[in-house]
Amino acid sequence: MAVLRHETRAIRSSEDIVAVRHVVREWAVAAGFSLVDQTKIVTAASELARNTTLHGGGGTVRLEALNHNDRRGLRLVFEDHGPGIANTELAMKDGFSSAGGLGLGLGGAKRLSNEFELSSRAGEGTRVAITRWK
Amino acid sequence: MERIPILKMGDCLLVTIQVDMHDRLAMTLQDDLTERIAKHRARGVLIDISALEVVDSFIGRMLGNIAAMARVLDAKTVVVGMRPAVAITLVELALSLPGVSTALNVEKGIALIRETLEHRRGGSGRSPA
Repeated sequence: MAVLRHETRAIRSSEDIVAVRHVVREWAVAAGFSLVDQTKIVTAASELARNTTLHGGGGTVRLEALNHNDRRGLRLVFEDHGPGIANTELAMKDGFSSAGGLGLGLGGAKRLSNEFELSSRAGEGTRVAITRWK
Repeated sequence: MERIPILKMGDCLLVTIQVDMHDRLAMTLQDDLTERIAKHRARGVLIDISALEVVDSFIGRMLGNIAAMARVLDAKTVVVGMRPAVAITLVELALSLPGVSTALNVEKGIALIRETLEHRRGGSGRSPA
């Protein structure tokens, strides 16, 4: 699997969440995604970017354009150095929220992606990676 | 401060969301609309989201909150113009927009509001204050 190009962006404010939606849309279009697939990964990115600001106190997203056996993909890696997630199993459940939201962020982002990885350590931060293939 | 315009049409309020809203702007719209419903004693609220390319859980929650607050203030909310790709994504996100009525376009949305208000007048209408 080859990474064709990559870029890292800061996520600190609610304006940055909008900026993430726009840049992910651009990259999804460039990868040749259908409109539905573009919408899915942009929506997943929006959820995860919000988690990064709300729970992680800000962080970064790394965008990676992928090529695997002539199949194009887009990987997004969200990282923060916030308090981390004490119980990742519970955090994945729909309806669980520690910030008064709907609690659809992590589970929703997973359903909207082809691959999903979550790693978190209490007190150290959280890393969520999602990939969508064309 | 940046705001989404709210138009008054008779006893209805019309909001056309033309920009990709950041979270604070969505919260401001929610507050502004609730205030305007009470101020104008509006009976219907029409929210046109045909320009929105993404509806995530935050925007979804805002739409649900507006519908719930409007209902408490005796107004009917209809969301119109949702793009098919957005609808497909919402289902996968498991966001069901409880209590939010939808219609294909503004015309059908207004018809739905009229129908609901007629029905209320015929049946258990607004009780005298």
